[in-house]
Amino acid sequence: MKRSILPTIAHRLAILCYVAFALFPLFWLLKVSVTPNDLLYSEGVRLWPSRTTWDHYAFVLQHSAFPTFFKNSVIVATSTAVVVTVCASLSGYALSRFSFRAKYVIIALMLLTQMFPLVMLVAPIFKILSPLGLTNSLTGLVIVYTAFNVPFATFLMQSFFDGIPKDLEEAAMIDGATKFIAFRQIILPLTLPGIAATLGFVFTAAWSELLFALMLINGNAAATFPVGLLTFVSKFSVDFGQMMAAGIMALIPAALFFLLIQRYLVQGLTAGAVKG
Amino acid sequence: MASIQIEKLEKSYGHVSVLHGVDLNIEDGEFIVLVGPSGCGKSTLLRMIAGLEDVSRGEIRIAGNRVNDLHPKDRDIAMVFQSYALYPHMTVAQNMSYSLRLRKIAKEKIAAAVSAAASKLGLDPLLERRPKALSGGQRQRVAMGRAIVRQPKAFLFDEPLSNLDARLREQMRAEIKKMHGDLKATSIYVTHDQIEAMTLADRIVAMHGGVVQQVGSPLELYDRPANLFVAGFIGSPGMNFLAATYSAGSVILANGTRIALETVPALAPGESVTLGIRPEHVVVVNDGSGMQATVELVEPTGFGIILHLSLHGLPFKVFTLDRGALNYGSQISVRFPSQYLHLFDSSEERVA
Ligand SMILES: Nc1ncnc2c1ncn2[C@@H]1O[C@H](COP(=O)(O)OP(=O)(O)O)[C@@H](O)[C@H]1O
Ligand SMILES: [Mg+2]
Repeated sequence: MKRSILPTIAHRLAILCYVAFALFPLFWLLKVSVTPNDLLYSEGVRLWPSRTTWDHYAFVLQHSAFPTFFKNSVIVATSTAVVVTVCASLSGYALSRFSFRAKYVIIALMLLTQMFPLVMLVAPIFKILSPLGLTNSLTGLVIVYTAFNVPFATFLMQSFFDGIPKDLEEAAMIDGATKFIAFRQIILPLTLPGIAATLGFVFTAAWSELLFALMLINGNAAATFPVGLLTFVSKFSVDFGQMMAAGIMALIPAALFFLLIQRYLVQGLTAGAVKG
Repeated sequence: MASIQIEKLEKSYGHVSVLHGVDLNIEDGEFIVLVGPSGCGKSTLLRMIAGLEDVSRGEIRIAGNRVNDLHPKDRDIAMVFQSYALYPHMTVAQNMSYSLRLRKIAKEKIAAAVSAAASKLGLDPLLERRPKALSGGQRQRVAMGRAIVRQPKAFLFDEPLSNLDARLREQMRAEIKKMHGDLKATSIYVTHDQIEAMTLADRIVAMHGGVVQQVGSPLELYDRPANLFVAGFIGSPGMNFLAATYSAGSVILANGTRIALETVPALAPGESVTLGIRPEHVVVVNDGSGMQATVELVEPTGFGIILHLSLHGLPFKVFTLDRGALNYGSQISVRFPSQYLHLFDSSEERVA
């Protein structure tokens, strides 16, 4: 059979265009971060500066509070991702497998929480956290982020659990497993792609969250990196080079994180469970 | 191995009643087949025995002990699912040994049990494979293997062969029967296929609409079906039914034909009845002495021929080994030997 090569080429080209389009801002980030300040406005729009420098990186690492922001962000994003994923695994499993009286009320309430613009909630949340001493603290941020991410993550995990045949757990129980052992030894290993996806989703959300970080934190000690980026904006100027250098460095953990979980993101682990 | 008793067992989902009081006494080592059309509650009954569904009312006893409130893991029964339900992240060997590992049995004993079961089922070369790398038939064998390594009190099967092609199904059916001969394990087998039921069962439990219709050996159900449902369900092609009226030791068909009965049933003259006769028991006669019928359709099966007849406008089937030239539209005459007649009263119960 003769296969036309034209559709293949068109297909590849379309993908290439999309990738270029999606990655261009990242490229610009990199470009500005290595452009010396004196060339930034003098060279016009060029794809690559005539001279590059690591000065911005050195400055950000040595003379700014960026390492603190960075550390705070890692702590907040990782804790949020882990706490949310553990909660969402359990609640998603419950929604997928059990029938209980308040089930649909709970689902409706969880959907409701996703409907409000977050800005509306900033003031009440500040009011709640402040007497508890949780403003200006990373713990406070983790709590708020967890609260906002659990509903969506629960639905995400529920859909992964729904994809695993109920027969498998029943077979495990007949084989002599308790409900919990069946969950841990049979269902959980099969949900690893779902868990990885949830971890990744929540981690990125928490890593780049700005609104609450800005409102609940003041001062550098507990600021996360998105807030920290704003410190490069002063009243009279924006230090683009340093800001972009910080941005590039902030991408590294997110990239590493996805590298770590990407092998679980591969689907198809449940193939062969049932039928033929 | 153990006996199983089921007493007045009922199941309802909310207001929907699915089983309406099932009584069943299963002997140690017996092979019981639950058969009935789809949706009649076979799986529900099986799953209640396994402990996967709550009991609404009634009692289940395994080896004399009430198990109503026992978790499936404590009932010591094995089950083969229609979907096989193999653990996809485990190899064949791990799938088969999972129950033994949960029971913390010594490693050497597990290895011995797995390899014994594997060689019995011809799974030796596949032990290190994952389910996804197996064919449907191989998966089915692994599901069987997972059940037999354990030597449980009883085996439960829920339509285990229905995902296989016809040839493989026949082969596995024979293997299951042979295995039961070897292991003598109490088995409950659910199927909607009456051939599977007939060939496998020590006793068949025919179910319909959540009610047990008849319990008996395959030949009992074939020879003396207790009611219209069982008569129509067992046997293929299905039994012919003709509306008739009872009249002193014989029945009169709608067209006026009088057919003498062998035994005299306890019926009042004039009562309306249903006459049943299996297609394979109808005799085709050449001397013109029987009832006239028109051939509407001829279905050769190779072994014999199924004739679809019109008997005074009523559909009627005959199975015959005679390959004679019987074509569409041709006239034949048929006779009903009286020893093969079944008679059912207006409440659909067998009377003769
Ligand atoms: N979880 C359930 N909720 C409500 N009805 C159910 C449930 N499970 C089964 N049923 C009903 O019970 C009846 C019997 O089902 P089942 O035992 O699976 O039939 P079978 O195995 O004989 O085909 C069916 O009519 C089905 O609709
Ligand atoms: Mg069923």
